[in-house]
Amino acid sequence: MSDTRTAASTQPARREGSLRIIRRGLALSPAITQGWRHTVLLALLGTAGSSLVPIVVQRSVDSGLGDTQGGVESGRIVLVVTLAAVLLLISGVASWAAKVRIFTGTERGLTQLRVRAFRHVHDLSMLTQNTQRRGSLVSRVTSDIDQISLFLQSTGMILVLSIGQMLVAVVVMAVLSWELTLVVLAVFVPLVLSLKFFAERMSVAYDRVRQTVADLLTTIAEPVVGASVVRSYAIEARTQQRIDDAIQTNYRSNVKAQTIVSITFASAILIGGLANAAALGVGVWLGVVGGLSMGTVIAFIFLITLFVGPAQMATQVITEAQNAVASWRRVIELLETPADVVDPGPAGTSLPTGDLGARFAHVRFAYPDGPTVLDDVDVTIAPRQRIAIVGETGSGKTTFAKLLTRLMDPAQGTVSLGRDDEWADIAQVSFADLRRHVVMVPQEGFLFDSTLAENLRYGRRSATDAELVAAIGDLGLSDWFEALPRGLQTRVGQRGESLSAGERQLVALVRSALADPAFLVLDEATSAVDPQTELRATRALEVLLDGRTSVTIAHRLSTAENADRVLVFDAGRLVEDGSHADLVGAGGVYQRLHASWVAQASLGLDAPAGTLTS
Amino acid sequence: MTALDNLGGTDTTDLTRRGLRVLGVGIGRQKALFSLSIAFSVLFGATTVADAWVLGWATDHVIRPSFADGDVATGALVAGALLFVSVALLRMIGVVGRRLVGGIVYYRLVAGDRRRVTRKYLQLPMSWHQSHPTGQLLSNANADVEAIWMVFMPLPMAIGVIAMLVVAVVTMLVADPVLTLVGLVVFPLLFVLNVVYQRRQGPRMAQAQSLRGDVSAVAHESFDGALVVKSLGREDEETARFAGVSEQLRDANVAVGRVRAVFEPILEALPSIGVLLVVLLGIGRIESGATEPGDVVQIAYLFTIVAMPVRAIGWVLAELPRTVVGWDRVRGVLDDPTRFPYGPADLPGSGPVGLRTEKLGFAYEPGEPVLADLDLEVQPGSVTAVVGSTGSGKSTLASLVTRLVDADEGRVLLDDRPVTEVEHGALAAAVALVPQATFLFDDTVRSNITLDADLDDDTVWEVLRTVQADRFVAALPHGLDTQLGERGTSLSGGQRQRLSLARALVRSPRLLVLDDATSALDPDVEQRILRALAERSQSGGPTVLVVAYRKATIALADQVVHLAHGRIADRGTHAELRERSAAYRDLVDAYDQARQEVDHE
Repeated sequence: MSDTRTAASTQPARREGSLRIIRRGLALSPAITQGWRHTVLLALLGTAGSSLVPIVVQRSVDSGLGDTQGGVESGRIVLVVTLAAVLLLISGVASWAAKVRIFTGTERGLTQLRVRAFRHVHDLSMLTQNTQRRGSLVSRVTSDIDQISLFLQSTGMILVLSIGQMLVAVVVMAVLSWELTLVVLAVFVPLVLSLKFFAERMSVAYDRVRQTVADLLTTIAEPVVGASVVRSYAIEARTQQRIDDAIQTNYRSNVKAQTIVSITFASAILIGGLANAAALGVGVWLGVVGGLSMGTVIAFIFLITLFVGPAQMATQVITEAQNAVASWRRVIELLETPADVVDPGPAGTSLPTGDLGARFAHVRFAYPDGPTVLDDVDVTIAPRQRIAIVGETGSGKTTFAKLLTRLMDPAQGTVSLGRDDEWADIAQVSFADLRRHVVMVPQEGFLFDSTLAENLRYGRRSATDAELVAAIGDLGLSDWFEALPRGLQTRVGQRGESLSAGERQLVALVRSALADPAFLVLDEATSAVDPQTELRATRALEVLLDGRTSVTIAHRLSTAENADRVLVFDAGRLVEDGSHADLVGAGGVYQRLHASWVAQASLGLDAPAGTLTS
Repeated sequence: MTALDNLGGTDTTDLTRRGLRVLGVGIGRQKALFSLSIAFSVLFGATTVADAWVLGWATDHVIRPSFADGDVATGALVAGALLFVSVALLRMIGVVGRRLVGGIVYYRLVAGDRRRVTRKYLQLPMSWHQSHPTGQLLSNANADVEAIWMVFMPLPMAIGVIAMLVVAVVTMLVADPVLTLVGLVVFPLLFVLNVVYQRRQGPRMAQAQSLRGDVSAVAHESFDGALVVKSLGREDEETARFAGVSEQLRDANVAVGRVRAVFEPILEALPSIGVLLVVLLGIGRIESGATEPGDVVQIAYLFTIVAMPVRAIGWVLAELPRTVVGWDRVRGVLDDPTRFPYGPADLPGSGPVGLRTEKLGFAYEPGEPVLADLDLEVQPGSVTAVVGSTGSGKSTLASLVTRLVDADEGRVLLDDRPVTEVEHGALAAAVALVPQATFLFDDTVRSNITLDADLDDDTVWEVLRTVQADRFVAALPHGLDTQLGERGTSLSGGQRQRLSLARALVRSPRLLVLDDATSALDPDVEQRILRALAERSQSGGPTVLVVAYRKATIALADQVVHLAHGRIADRGTHAELRERSAAYRDLVDAYDQARQEVDHE
């Protein structure tokens, strides 16, 4: 359904540099960078501790520990060691403080971002958050944020600390001997240059692993989710073969990725060995010809260890950093997708209390870069009128309903609500006010995994238990309600699946009654439910519609027959408008639709049983 | 440590013991490769210590003589450099081998158990599947299997580290027994601190993980219900609800971070403290001539390179509780004794089969029968509709006659042969069930219909025409070769149901059972399909048993069976039942009745 995406998300926003993404990500979560100067200072102090040991070694060796002939200046060494111990303590405390600040700051900042992204999804129009994208919207506020948090707190922190550690080490090395520093750095250059190559290979390998995991999960679901199909068609062998294949493919891709990871990880060790050899050779030579101290040469070997660890992790860090930036980019793109249906907020006009009618003035609707779905609709609905909307799939009837509830905005023209001389363009009405007056009852009665009472309170949050029971009674559903063993405390299950489809519709009706809107928009259910529930729903709906303006997307003959007025849509245009009686013989679209309905419905009533088989 | 204990329901020592026993099982399964990974790991451990020894040797034989003489000791220098490089090379080989072979061991163990668990799923009967939540079964084959064997990732390294520590202590003893004492204090302390750290962290991490699940659940639900949220103007409340769980997750993550912030600096500082102690004690040792400076340097260096690997032991211990929990869950599936044997008999003939049930009884919960005392007779080649309100036992009847489940009482007979005596393949060839919930494979349209049976495209297209699916399939990007599912084309509910019907019809079944299998279709499409089906039956096609709501469907049947509370309330033609049964009229006319009431107001 690429045509139902907004322009903003179809043009995968300019590929921006990672640094810019990080900068904007940080700007969106100010808590992360709050007091960063202190954090960086503390972190630097913390990493400085790792360079203490080589310095102590250098000092001690040069103070006689390495040269037994000259005598040991034990006083000096004790002083150096004591000083180092104190500094080690300070750096440890600094490291603790830095980490606490980083963890607290990133978590606070990312939680802000998470909640903001969540809210933004609800602010997007139905057009943007269509069903296809729902799963990926969930990952924006879950796994994407988790990925960023994981990166900032482990690999990202290791990256920053390693850079700090290496910077301190380079400074210490340069102070001890700039010549030897250059030698050591030169050995590490090839490793740094090969990082990009390895990181690319690694990310390709990981992509492949992720793909095989997805396949594996789907295939493993076959004998579980499709158990009855597998059993009744006796295709156990075929299913097992598919699973074994998926397992094997996944295994191979894992081993391949593991090979690349192992080699890159270990190559730093070899480089470390080469650096040691170079430092030893050049150091000794410099010592003999240039007066480098013995302690400095040994200290260099200690300092080299500070490079090996980060070098081992480097490719891993790069791969994870790419993933985290990609996640960050996705979250930022979501937040930057404009909420194309904008809430004017408290500043907006308010609707008159009491009865409401609706007016479409030359309304046209088209999906961005898509075909026109609704064109030049011009119609006024009087207060308390009962309207049925009729048309084939794709005629524009659902779009009409969505425009009426402002789930989408028209491309041209205006939709207004009101009566007599008091009309308000619904684009100017605050959401809070609009939702109080106009409620849409969707086809599927979606319920939240909670109690019946909580679900009913989605209609009116302040309702007491007694009011809930009263609303159920008003719709004539007491007998159904009393049969529920736990009453209002009944758990409805995920998506309400502990209740039948028909019962979910009943709950949705009571919920709408509690909201008590002046104007109702209904999308009639198409799927068959059991007849008793169907009967209850029909009666309840009758009570609900009484005294309100209603627009129903009709899938049933009787709904159209019983409406005050029928609006017939065809290919995006309002083609017929009148009562059932007016239209049924008018020779238009309605007459044709009605005839096919009658043909279906009458089969059961008129045709003798078994006609078609005997 | 209470949360950890709860994981296994036992105390910590028992958990560790059981965890070690699982390790034993895994090692037994991959003996050769595991031994190889250990060999590599020991190589790594030994060469790590050797690295420090090379520095000590170079100090005494290259650096000191050169500085003392003011002349480069060339021979020794070359030897020292070569030693550094070759030890590093061996160390690298050790690391590559350990990580690669260790990884292979892990992936093999996981693959092996995935095969075991899925084979078991294919053997266990439907009744077992119905009594276990889907999510749990999927996680048994995925996350739980991984949880058991994850410990094998750090295990070779941990064992190599133990070897390394032994070698380290030995070389230290050789170098200087007094300085070794520092090692004997620092190494065990590192180990103990690691264990304490992991044990503290475990429950906090588990808590954060479970909250991550909560956050995801709220987001899923809220976005799924977006239309309700929007149309009732509940955005603020939903955001508050999401912020609530998000903040709990934030606090849990911060709690994990606080423990990390305390332990990590201590674990990093401990080896440094060891070096300082070695230097301090070293002064006295060198002054008294008991030891050489090279030995002091070697031992100090040893501390800096041994510290990191020691953590691997902590990682293994941290994994053990997950290992035990995963193992228990997976064993729960593998050790399930439920069996569902098929008989050896064939179903001779090729025309429609007759179906009969005798005193059929079934209950999901003891004492609450869903079906009782049910005698049903369906003539070969006839169409029977089963009607009844929700919970009357219609779907149960459908799965009993197709032998997805077995009856508690009585029996089902096909052409007078009890279904329990029929061979699995013969039963599947004769009987096709189209269930209420459609399941499509992540595969092509063709494979979804033929299920890889040898059927030509003409046959497939003919069936697609019967179920009114030929037009939309032809319009798919690659026709029959179009990939469906996750990363393929997604179909509407009605289209899916039609493919599911085609799958049943294409094998020309001798008994076709439709369990409310047309509910997502437009009434006129449903009508056309059912008529075509009825025509097939008439001309030697299958015997049909259809669970239905819509009157138009019922009208096509030769016989209607009205189920109420698990028993047959009445049977006969639609006209007969309408004539004599008020309950039946109420049931099938409910819809129209409602409309009439509306009209009378």
